[in-house]
Amino acid sequence: MIRFEDVSVTYDGAAEPTVRGVDFEVPEGELVLLVGPSGVGKSTVLGAVSGLVPHFTGGTLRGRVTVAGRDTRTHKPRELADVVGTVGQDPLSHFVTDTVEDELAYGMESLGLAPDVMRRRVEETLDLLGLADLRDRPIATLSGGQQQRVAIGSVLTPHPKALVLDEPTSALDPAAAEEVLAVLQRLVHDLGTTVLMAEHRLERVVQYADQVVLLPAPGAAPTIGAPADLMAVSPVYPPVVDLGRLAGWSPLPLTVRDARRRAADLRERLTGREPAPAAPGPAPGTTAAPARPAAPRTLFPLLRRRAPRDTGPTDTPPVVAEARALAVRRGRVQALRHVHLTVAPGETIALMGRNGAGKSTLLGSLVGLVEPSGGQVRVGGAVPHRTPPRDLVRRVGLVPQEPRDLLYADTVAAECAAADRDAQAAPGTCRALVSELLPGVADATHPRDLSEGQRLALALAVVLTARPPLLLLDEPTRGLDYGAKARLVTVLRELAAAGHAIVLATHDVELAAELAHRVVLLAEGEVIADGPTAEVVVSSPSYAPQVTKILAPHRWLTVAQVREALA
Amino acid sequence: MRRTPGWARSGLRGARGGARTSVRGVPGAARANPRGVPGAARVNPRGAAGVHAGAWWLWALALGTAATRTTNPLLLALLLTVSGYVVVTCRPDTPSARSYTAFVRLALAVLLIRLVFAVALGSPIPGTHVLVTLPEVPLPHWAQGIRLGGRVTAEALVFALYDGLKLATLLVCVGAANALAAPARLLKSLPGALYEMGVAVVVALTFAPHLVADGRRLRAARRLRGRPDRGVRGLLHVGLPVLQGALERSVALAAAMDARGYGRTAEVAPAVRRTTAALTLGGLLGVCAGTYGLLTAEGGTYGLPVLLAGVAAALAGLRLGGRRSPRTRYRPDTWNLRSCLVAGAGAAVAALLTLAAARDPEALHPGVVPLTAPTLPLWPAAAVLLGLLPAFAAAPTPARTSPEEPS
Repeated sequence: MIRFEDVSVTYDGAAEPTVRGVDFEVPEGELVLLVGPSGVGKSTVLGAVSGLVPHFTGGTLRGRVTVAGRDTRTHKPRELADVVGTVGQDPLSHFVTDTVEDELAYGMESLGLAPDVMRRRVEETLDLLGLADLRDRPIATLSGGQQQRVAIGSVLTPHPKALVLDEPTSALDPAAAEEVLAVLQRLVHDLGTTVLMAEHRLERVVQYADQVVLLPAPGAAPTIGAPADLMAVSPVYPPVVDLGRLAGWSPLPLTVRDARRRAADLRERLTGREPAPAAPGPAPGTTAAPARPAAPRTLFPLLRRRAPRDTGPTDTPPVVAEARALAVRRGRVQALRHVHLTVAPGETIALMGRNGAGKSTLLGSLVGLVEPSGGQVRVGGAVPHRTPPRDLVRRVGLVPQEPRDLLYADTVAAECAAADRDAQAAPGTCRALVSELLPGVADATHPRDLSEGQRLALALAVVLTARPPLLLLDEPTRGLDYGAKARLVTVLRELAAAGHAIVLATHDVELAAELAHRVVLLAEGEVIADGPTAEVVVSSPSYAPQVTKILAPHRWLTVAQVREALA
Repeated sequence: MRRTPGWARSGLRGARGGARTSVRGVPGAARANPRGVPGAARVNPRGAAGVHAGAWWLWALALGTAATRTTNPLLLALLLTVSGYVVVTCRPDTPSARSYTAFVRLALAVLLIRLVFAVALGSPIPGTHVLVTLPEVPLPHWAQGIRLGGRVTAEALVFALYDGLKLATLLVCVGAANALAAPARLLKSLPGALYEMGVAVVVALTFAPHLVADGRRLRAARRLRGRPDRGVRGLLHVGLPVLQGALERSVALAAAMDARGYGRTAEVAPAVRRTTAALTLGGLLGVCAGTYGLLTAEGGTYGLPVLLAGVAAALAGLRLGGRRSPRTRYRPDTWNLRSCLVAGAGAAVAALLTLAAARDPEALHPGVVPLTAPTLPLWPAAAVLLGLLPAFAAAPTPARTSPEEPS
């Protein structure tokens, strides 16, 4: 269906081809997964299928790409619109009209289908994707998962033979991701649609793939094979594969179910051993003052927070931030109601819950972007939304969902100088942080040219320049590959060990399992669970990490814990 | 391009029968109501009871025309009430429908500004009832004819009120059109040859809210950097990043539209292409010549026929040009009986008030000097009430009740 013949793509102004030696075929009716670290050219390969590379992006494409027998060299993207449906990373920039029904019809209108055919297909697609209740809704009011389904639906209605998806589940909560993947699987199974997709969150998708195309490094030729074979050698792999490699299972299991069936002996070996805490550091509630490592070896000598001054024996633990009976209204929607939250120094808290459950609003009210409509918030003794920004940055820092929003300057050096001025820190503070977080980034680099992970690190450095005792992160792992995620985990652990309190809103259950001492689950603006990570996630089907599911009823959260216990 | 691939047929089965037997059901239904807020009955945004968008615009603009025919505040208030009532009963639940209040506020602001000007700058209306005397600012001789401060008379204020009310009514009528049928829906009814232009306008219209949202987000980000997020400087600083973001979004949208078949053209015979060009160009020339003829004294005889011929040729050119675009319309607005009633009601109001203004100018323009209390002329008032017809003819059937609450 989709055939790459020795394809290489060189963008204008680039010395080396972005991808080279791409030579594979996606047979009809298969779901093929494109995996690899960030920046290896996955999006380029996907773009070549729809003809956007090189017709829209510019650059030179050598070799030949054919889709359903049409050569993309001679067919422009619009002439391939009836055989390929493409959904990019951000569904919002995909929508042309403003309501769901019109959006589903748009592609067919462009192709000139007869009105009665269009009407029938819109109704079919509404049913197929479970969108019937949303047909009249303005797209802007939908949740992330719903928008992603509308985007998929809008390219399905012209009945393309192939679907190309770039990170369809990265921005979604676990349940919404399940929704989208269920739809994709149904398309492949029932309708014989060919699907080619790229995704970083392998733990969500790898079990659905018929074949995996692995792009190991920039400019390296891809390897194609069965998912289990390729996962054995891939530089990116989900926790289930990591555990399989650790236990030496062959062939590697890709689903929790397969792994569970093999894991009987592993569970036995682990009986009697207790998991070391996944996130080293203070276990909140057990000690009055957070225990600090005796002589912590840290990456961040600069960031060492002075020990709390109230070293005397006090009954109340020191609190970095506190929300009491917090309520927030946004228009007609009650975004938060009666939320209680206390954050102790050195503690890492993961806020989890559906898209739209109020996670970002809670972070926003802690940093003074959102004014509470009831209850109170205090951060370092101050009321955030009444504190001038200049003072607030020294109490709390937030890395927003899109780290780029924080960056204004043209170069990394200028950004750092501005950050020092904003935070009234000694010149060079920010640059020193950047060098620790992002070794080898040149002063003259434009923030726009950094990868997602690098940009996150730069934004983190900018926020940390003011040395806030409370650090908030909104969806930090969106768009990060496993390598970048592992680096982020190391950095955040160091910060927690140095006494920073960290609150992160995330959909990534594996990240929460590795990092958080405590998980707070939100639903419809209310806290529905608040407790140590192991207790909260083990009992939840959608928020349990893969290792927990495999080794239940034992309470193991991460592969690292298991590795340590077996060593 | 009217191919029906293999899975078009299996698609039917998949959607109807296969759905229940599929490997994993779509859990969408369970999650369809993420907030669990019970919503009120909603109105189909596809238009109140299938009235054509053009009919609503005709109705509203006709009411606006009627408003320009009179300065009688009672009649104007009646017009405002009529349009407001129809909007409340017939408006669909779309973002543009919520812009009605914005138009009402704008109208109020216009009225206030008109009054403030009348007070501050004086008015040419001679009046005897002096309310207050403001201190007059002496102006240099070259500013002769302009006055700052001075006497404020009741006559001048009343005149300004009547005048401002007329303008405000006009604005509210445009707001009503906007609320009842989004301009985007109107653009959908453009002839095929102009369609792509219509899409460009629609995309531009949806971009404005995105820009505002981006601006808010970036101002919030300024606060996170410890810089003041209010004031003009804050706004200026985020300007460039907002524009950069908008540009990137436009490029992404252009790519998506290209990949979805925007701008596909059908093969057209060269003869048709040439005819199209000739008709369009000739038509436009005809329109220019005809207009010139109508406006000059000596061209009275040939002006109108040339203008009409030009319009006809241009329309034929547009229609022929539509052949190059293979587009079809999904559920186009149809012009039905209700649309006729809606448009007709508006036209009747406009025509009757114009007639009344010609017959009985005294009643429609109540005197200011000397001050007289305006009276409600019976027949024009009855004519204005005709504008209520759409509220009964086109009242929407409260369609599906949807449990969703737009967030």
